[in-house]
Order: sequence, then structure tokens, then C-alpha cells
Amino acid sequence: MANVTLRNVRKIYPGGFEAIKGVDIEVGDGQFCVLVGPSGCGKSTLLRMVAGLETISSGEIDIGGRVVNAIEPAERDIAMVFQNYALYPHMTVYNNMAYGLRNRRMPEAEIKTRVEDAARILELGTMLQRKPRQLSGGQRQRVAMGRAIVRQPKVFLFDEPLSNLDAKLRIAMRVEIRKLQRRLNTTAIYVTHDQLEAMTLADILVVMNGGKVEQIGNPLDIYQKPATTFVASFIGAPPMNLMPLDGLRRQLHGADAVPAEAGQLGIRPEDFELGETVPAGGVGLDLRVDAIEHVGAETYVYGSRQDADGDDRLTATANDVIVRLPGVTAPEIGARIRAVAPRAKLHLFSADGRQRLPV
Amino acid sequence: MEKSVVFNGKLLPYLLLAPQLAITLIFFYWPASQAIWQSFLREDAFGLNSEFVGLENYQALFAQPEYYTAIGTTVVFSSLVTVLSLGVALLFATQADKNLKGASAYKTLMIWPYAVAPAIAGVLWFFIFHPTLGTLARPLRVMGFNWNPMLDGTHAMILVVMAAVWKQVAYNFLFFLAGLQAIPKSVIEAGAIDGAGPLRRFWTIIFPLLSPTTFFLLVVNIVYVFFETFGIIDAVTAGGPAGSTTTMVYKVFADGRLGGDLGGSAAQSVVLMVIVIALTAIQFRYVERKVQY
Repeated sequence: MANVTLRNVRKIYPGGFEAIKGVDIEVGDGQFCVLVGPSGCGKSTLLRMVAGLETISSGEIDIGGRVVNAIEPAERDIAMVFQNYALYPHMTVYNNMAYGLRNRRMPEAEIKTRVEDAARILELGTMLQRKPRQLSGGQRQRVAMGRAIVRQPKVFLFDEPLSNLDAKLRIAMRVEIRKLQRRLNTTAIYVTHDQLEAMTLADILVVMNGGKVEQIGNPLDIYQKPATTFVASFIGAPPMNLMPLDGLRRQLHGADAVPAEAGQLGIRPEDFELGETVPAGGVGLDLRVDAIEHVGAETYVYGSRQDADGDDRLTATANDVIVRLPGVTAPEIGARIRAVAPRAKLHLFSADGRQRLPV
Repeated sequence: MEKSVVFNGKLLPYLLLAPQLAITLIFFYWPASQAIWQSFLREDAFGLNSEFVGLENYQALFAQPEYYTAIGTTVVFSSLVTVLSLGVALLFATQADKNLKGASAYKTLMIWPYAVAPAIAGVLWFFIFHPTLGTLARPLRVMGFNWNPMLDGTHAMILVVMAAVWKQVAYNFLFFLAGLQAIPKSVIEAGAIDGAGPLRRFWTIIFPLLSPTTFFLLVVNIVYVFFETFGIIDAVTAGGPAGSTTTMVYKVFADGRLGGDLGGSAAQSVVLMVIVIALTAIQFRYVERKVQY
């Protein structure tokens, strides 16, 4: 039972580098909060500050109504799952899970009950006497989870716990973690650089960049209404197509005009259709097909824009457009196509990409 | 699994091994075999001829009460030096492992004593603690402590132990530091979150994870105290006063080189060799199994 609140939290290293530049996050009791962002964005630092492994330069971190800035990690009533699992290599699985309880002088009988319960939930029952080196990556991951859950802490902290697993196991464990967290109803903060993991796990998604929060909210809201071009291109795979508006203004004029301060247009690959007629208020892009990717259920068409009218602000990448088509039918490479998107699917941003504008 | 590269040449591997094998044979096996052979011989006082006497040298050795005294001295000396040099080095290494200012300068300075030859280290300690000349002996006397390693056997033992420890701490420090740095930081952080204070973390996580290093150093240090401390003892006390710092290896030298009893001294070195081989074998047989995780 704990809310976690971060109030204007900053981290400044002795060298003067500001890793966290004033972050406010509010995680409700039992919610699953995911911090996502590219490497170096400060998400792990922020998590370590919540854990108490990094000092807080200014601001406040509040766990369950108690400011924990000056409280030791052990006293914060949190449990953390590390990227490399950080199991104690010289202890058996049982002792790995029991260690934190023994440090808290819990009676051995209760330790046994708790460890065995955790082992049953995590299907580790037969491995309790093994050492970590005798386990597979997925099993080690589960032991790390077990070590966290036996403590019955107020908050779970996860630092990229799945990034050392292979792709298949990663998806399976992702589902496991979510189910477990729901079942235990424990507040969780989870750090990842994988936007798919972030989307699927989060109740609250926090997109970070350069030590700042870019956007906070429900994952679908963030997907549908990214606040900045950074969020737009980071969340979603393949990423949202972003292009300067200038060359498209002749399509979007008169009654269809967009706000004058809008500088960039974004359209998600799946929001395109192939067609001749541009829907009223929408846009149509003339593309030459450069590459096709079949992934089975859908097909990605990589095209370059042929309608860009020599605007020198257009970079090569801004000319490239990805279109997602359902199924396996796709145009030929080299073919000329027109990709159209309706008005409702357009995303408008200011020229610097820092602000979302109404369409 | 790692793949190994296979070379087909037969000659090249032997050629590459030859220098090391030659050194081992010439400087280790040949003298050792000579010692064994010599331990069965008795030489006359002038070294002109020798006769085969079987186990007589060994019988004479074990009938000597001084030899048992030397064994006792060796046990005391080697336990003190090993425990202290490992303990002090571990303490220094854990401090140097913290992110402190000037840690790298400290680490570099720590290794210097190892570069000093044992005899020179011995001379340094001899002068520093010399009862009449010593810079540190004087303050001790001023404080009312009657320090005299030239006359007092316990003082002499303390002095050689300090010198031998001082010399060996550098080496142990280096390995302990490397061992500490190889422990993943996250494991220690996990311990901190799991509610273990710094001391408990040290004894339940760090120390067990260092055990392979500790074991290795234990073997190396035992060999060190048994053989290489000879130079220090010779320079500091020359085995005195009244044999109170005569360890087994020093007695080999004293009886053979100074006393001229080559056969008896060879017998002692064979006994010493057997003890060290046995100790090392025991360590590998029983201790090593427990330190792997």
C-alpha cells in the first residue's frame, strides 16, 4: 500500500553534470509505472534514486507518505530487480530469497513459508537447493523476482530486468511480471528502453529524454497524442513519420488550413492507406517504393517522397516515409504510389517539435 | 563452449615451452634432487670426500631438541605473518576500493614495498628498530618501554613478523583489490536493499565472494613465509637472539652454510619441502572445494 511521489527531483553529479533536471511523477497505490527512454536519458538514475542507491541533489521522493531522501535503501521498504539479476552467487536459490528476511530477523519458520510460496508462484520449487550458476537465464530472472516478492515490500523497482533474456523468453516474462504485479497489487516502477515493453506493462508511462520527462500518461493516450516529436518517434514501431509542413501547405490550405505556428507533421505508418483521392482535409504523399518488408500479418513499405518541392529544409530522412499495410499484398519496388491519411490521423507539432498543436 | 585452435606442428609447442621447462628443471628440480641425494651423505669437515650414510642425517635431525624449537618458531612465525599480512591487506584493499579522493595514488604507493628486496627490507627494519640507533626504538624507550630485539626473543619475533608482513601486504593488497573490483557492484547494492549493513555485507557477501582470491593468497603466503622470509630474518636478527627467530628455513642455512653440516642441512630442506608440499596439497584437496561457488 504505497504511493510514490517524486517532487522536482534533481540529480547533479559532483562534476556539474545534471543527470536529472527536475522530475515530477506521481504513482498511485498498486499502479505499474514504466520509465522509458533512450540510453543516457536518466531513467536508471532516477530509479536508483528511488531505491536509495543514488543521493538526491534536490527535490523530494515520497514513498507511502514518508519522504525518504535521507533514509537508507534497507529502510525504504522497497525491493529491486537488477538487470544482471545480482543474485548472490555463493548462496543457494533458497538462501538468495531468504537473505533479506534473515537480515530482518524474521523467524525461520516464516521465512520457509514465504520462500516456498514464492518458489511455487515462480515455479522454482525444484531448484531451491541449486546455486545461481546452475540455472538458466530465465530461472535466474525468476529467482531475482522471488527475492523481491518474499519481502512483500511497498514498492517493486525493476531496472531493465528483461534485457538479458532472449526475445521469446522476454515476452513470456513480461506477461509474468504484469500478472504477478496485479496479483500482489504492489506499486511498481519499471525502467526499460524497449518501447513495446513500456506500452504493454504500464498503467502510467513516463517518457524521458535528456534527464527530463517528455510526457507522462496512459500508454494509449501517449501513443495517440504524443506531446512532442521525440515521444512521437520513440513510442511506436516502426516510428511515426515526421516531416516538415512547408511542402504540404498547398494541400492544407483554405478551410483545411492548419495553425500557422505548426512546423512539423506526423503520421503513423498504420494510418496511411493507398489510394488516389486525398480525403478532405487530409494529406496525400506521392512515393516511390524503395523497399518492402514482409513480417507476415503486415507489410512495411519504405518509400521516398516524390512530391517534396525542392524545399532545402527537407533532409533525406524527412523524405523517407514508412507505410504499414495489412496482409501481404504490396506494390512492386520502384513503383509510384500515393499514400493518403485522413485529417483525424494527422499530428501537428511546432517547428522545434517541443509542442503538440491541435489539428 | 569456447573453441580451441589446434596446431598440427609437433615441434613448435615444445620449443615454446622449452625456456620455462629449462628454468624449472635447472633451478627447481635439479637443486631439489641434489638436496635429496645430499641428505643421504655425510661430508668430512674439509669437504674433500663424502660417504653414503642412509637415513642417519634424518635420525640425527629428529634427535635434536633445537629442531623442534625451530618447528615451533616456524609455526608461530608463519601463522602470524600469514594471518596479519592477509588481514591487513584485506583491510587496506576494502578501504582503497571505496571511491575516495587520492585512491589511485594510495593504490600505487601500496605496491612499493613489494619491489624492495627482502634483505634490504630487513636492513631497513633493523635500523629503524635497532635498540641504540633506531629512530623508532628511541621514542619507545622514552615512553618507558624497554625495547630490545637484540636481547629479547619476543621483541625479535615481533620485529621480524612486522618486517615480513610489511613486505607481503603489498602483494596481497593488489590481489584483494582486484578481487574486490571483480565483485559486481549490483550484488552489493542488492545486499544493501536486502537490509544488510556494511559489516554484514562484508562478512556474508564480499568475503565469501573473495574466497578464491583468499585461498590463492593463502597458498602463496605460506610458501612465502616458509622460504622467502629467509632474507628478512638474516638481515634483522640472523636467527637470534639465542635462536628465538630461527625458523626452519633459517636453520637450513645456519646449519649448512655456517655450521658446515651439509648432509644435515640437506635433510632439513627435504623435510621442509615435504611439509610445504603436504600443506599445499591439503589446501587444494580440502579448502579449494569449499571456496568455489
